[in-house]
Amino acid sequence: MKILKYFAASIVLAAMPFAASAKDSSDPIIIPIHNWSSQIVMSHVVGQIFKDNGNNVEFVTTDSQAVYESLRLGDVALELEVWEGAFGASFRTALEKGGLHDAGDHDAVTREDWWYPMWTKEACPGLPSWKALNDCAALFATAETGSKGRYLDGPVDWLKHGKERVEALGMDFVVVNAGSAAALWAEIGASEKKKRPVVVFNWTPNFAEAVWPGEFVEFPAWVEGCDKDPAVGPNPDALYDCGNPAKGYLKKAAWDGMEKKWPGAYKILTKISFTNPQIADMAKFVDIDEMEPEEAATKWLSANESVWKAWMN
Amino acid sequence: MSVVSITPKDCLVTQFLQTRIALCILLVAFLLAVAKPVLPEILVRVPDWAILPYDVWLDGLFNFVKEDLGLLYVTRGIAAGLEWPLDITANLLYGKRRWPNFDPMPWAAVAAGSAVVGYYLGGWKMAVLAGGTFIWTALIGQWKLAMQTMSVLVIAAPVAAILGLLMGITAWKYSWFEKAINPILSVLQTLPFFTYLLPAVIFFKVGPTAGAVATIVYAIPPIVLMTALGLKKVSPEIVEAGKMSGCTRWQMLTRVYVPAARTEILVGVNQVIMLCLAMVVLTAFIGMPGLGAKLLAMMGSFKIGRSFEIGVTIVLLAIMLDRMSKAWVLKQPQHFERGTPWWQRHIFLLGTIAAFVLFLLAAQFVQVFDHITRLQSLSRSKAIDGAIKGFLNIDAIRAVTEWLRWFLNVKVLIPFRNALLWLPTSAFILIIVAFAYWLAGRREAIIVGVFFSIVAATGWWDRSVITLYTVISAVILAMMIGIPSGILASRSEKWSKRILLGCDTAQTFPSFVYLIPAIMLFGVNDVAVVFSILIFATVPLMRYTVEGLRTVSVEMTEVADMSGASRWQKLRTVQLPLALPTMAVGFNQAIMFAFFMVIIAAFIGTQDLGQELQRTLAGTNLGKNFVLGINVSLMALAFNTIIMRWVRNRNAALGLG
Repeated sequence: MKILKYFAASIVLAAMPFAASAKDSSDPIIIPIHNWSSQIVMSHVVGQIFKDNGNNVEFVTTDSQAVYESLRLGDVALELEVWEGAFGASFRTALEKGGLHDAGDHDAVTREDWWYPMWTKEACPGLPSWKALNDCAALFATAETGSKGRYLDGPVDWLKHGKERVEALGMDFVVVNAGSAAALWAEIGASEKKKRPVVVFNWTPNFAEAVWPGEFVEFPAWVEGCDKDPAVGPNPDALYDCGNPAKGYLKKAAWDGMEKKWPGAYKILTKISFTNPQIADMAKFVDIDEMEPEEAATKWLSANESVWKAWMN
Repeated sequence: MSVVSITPKDCLVTQFLQTRIALCILLVAFLLAVAKPVLPEILVRVPDWAILPYDVWLDGLFNFVKEDLGLLYVTRGIAAGLEWPLDITANLLYGKRRWPNFDPMPWAAVAAGSAVVGYYLGGWKMAVLAGGTFIWTALIGQWKLAMQTMSVLVIAAPVAAILGLLMGITAWKYSWFEKAINPILSVLQTLPFFTYLLPAVIFFKVGPTAGAVATIVYAIPPIVLMTALGLKKVSPEIVEAGKMSGCTRWQMLTRVYVPAARTEILVGVNQVIMLCLAMVVLTAFIGMPGLGAKLLAMMGSFKIGRSFEIGVTIVLLAIMLDRMSKAWVLKQPQHFERGTPWWQRHIFLLGTIAAFVLFLLAAQFVQVFDHITRLQSLSRSKAIDGAIKGFLNIDAIRAVTEWLRWFLNVKVLIPFRNALLWLPTSAFILIIVAFAYWLAGRREAIIVGVFFSIVAATGWWDRSVITLYTVISAVILAMMIGIPSGILASRSEKWSKRILLGCDTAQTFPSFVYLIPAIMLFGVNDVAVVFSILIFATVPLMRYTVEGLRTVSVEMTEVADMSGASRWQKLRTVQLPLALPTMAVGFNQAIMFAFFMVIIAAFIGTQDLGQELQRTLAGTNLGKNFVLGINVSLMALAFNTIIMRWVRNRNAALGLG
């Protein structure tokens, strides 16, 4: 009996330094996934890298804005795609409240702005200049907008300030907010056959580039403070009188507790950096080749071994 | 019951008075509207200073309850408790790595087992339906997704049913509880689903647990009502018999009351299952994996074909669960002779197990019985995608929809909306009050007035009016389509059945799937919104028109036939008046469905309460979310109150119970 007790104690002692040293917890790392393909595939790619590292991984589908609240509370451990334009605001608000932090940038840059499919250019050859777009405004008119052109903006909760820009630059456009990304695609899809000109909100990297080739409208270039100081930009009395940043960041974010709980995985996370072509590839596997996200992730990993193996040391 | 004798003359007098008062109120409303330019500000719109920050207060209250009273710990505790069974079903159904860490059940075993259960409940037809649904799901390559959805459903539905049963029994036992809970249930039934989702995330964290909680809360109301109703209807003779045989109170409840109310309770269970399935798809917004989440992702990448296939799977699952639970309601308990061997009494249970085990073993050797890989699946999504997009691009269809878009938008919808928005708030409320007075009576008029005043006071008036305008436009159009087709269908048994099956399908087809075709046909504007609501709102109108007309008693129609009425005369003077109360119930449901769908239509792009609600979902603004939700709920309840009172009055007048 006594011997057994000693035995037990020695095991505990032996285990002690182990527990104190940096060893990842066996609890699953919870990775949030959203409703667009590149993010889902990227999450699975990273998940499989973590599994290679010996971690347990689990995925949970969440809203892409509400995720920052979950991240603060530690309900999810990290977020792989923080877009400057789309989620910058939610991310900054959550940063101020505390509980999560910036885990570095991807190599990829993001852009979100007014966009048109290529066939629009046939009807309005002066594009991509915004002045040329404005001269063709009547081409974009619909039953509801009368003689003015219609610009289909992203959902209101994406806070794109389309209306403000139209006013600031004195454009002959009416801004209509779509309710979802699906609504944007449906509009482009509906105008495809007749090659009807449309101008809608869009972003890159995105699957739509592969389906409908197109271009962004070139607005007056983004200047820091354009959204805060009326003096900045061509119209001295208005905010939002320039385009969105053409090279927005794409960040990773991590829960503050992650570094302590899974130090190994955390170290990998900080090193991870995807490029624009890599992200486009991931999206293509799912959106064009109709693979399931897990399959796409496996395929990407086997094709890019040198890339991700480097992040693991 | 007190006996009040009302002579027809009294009726006429009150009716006359009611109409006169209603007209007077309408006149005042009219004067207010005409005098708009000189009206004091407060009668036109509730001024900003009078709008109190209800959302901030509510937020404060929620935070106080959440943090200071520690409700968050309680709910997180409940979440942990729920997570345990959810993990088990998740493991069994799709192999999530949790205790007991089995491999997922092979699809063939599930299909075979449920086919036997189907046979037990409803013969060959049901066996084909049950087995076939699962075979389709597997062959189309959606097995795992469907099982993710089912793993929550099999926990949420029983929990909701049990909680609802207990609450129903309590409501029947203690009238104070019933009084307290009835208004809450009414609000819960009309609250937009977005308002269920946000608190679920905050209190129960993202993922299946929050999804299960939202689903349970959403599904509880009907079973509470049905249980209380069923228990009240238990005949005194049965109760006497129970008492005479010396039952204790517990035995009275479990052996006498509940079995006697079996049919109502099981109808409630059927409703729970259907609501659970509807909600479990919508909870994709808060991180429920499964069919709903895939559907959202597919819509986000413009894959109509795949969305359509998922929609079909959901319809099949819904119809299967609906028909099986209904068959279970009709199936009376079987009684065996004393001395029947055990295996004979449980032959179907044993058969189910045998079928399940047989295919479980087969799946160990034959891979296709275990799971279907992507390359093996029979999914034809690309072809369907092409077909649907091609159909939506046909020039003739385009020409019609372009014209409709122009006509409805420019000539009908936008003027109507602008007129409603132009009306001073005070006049608007009075018009609705007059309407309530005329149709229902004084009590309802006051209730409706109060409800709409609250909506005005929250400061979301314009958006509420736009919501209401969309609902009204869609329901009017739905009546123009649903009632005539219902009348036509009711003429023959065959067509009635067909149209009712069509109604079932349209109702269970996930509403998101309609959105993309609606946009492709009509563009992002109010016509697309109204169109997508229309599909949903026509269903109950058709269903209840068919049912109302077909249940008009034969004696009545025979009298009409004998007096030599033509088909049209018979319809107009006998059948329709008698069916009207039933049709009004359908009308009421159409309005409730429209209020539900108008919120989903925010995904097309609207400027109503739905858009604001969608916006709150992205944040943590619980107070605002709640205020908006209550506004929707109050407007829906106002209509519900008026119509249901009218139906009761009308039924009483017709002597129909």
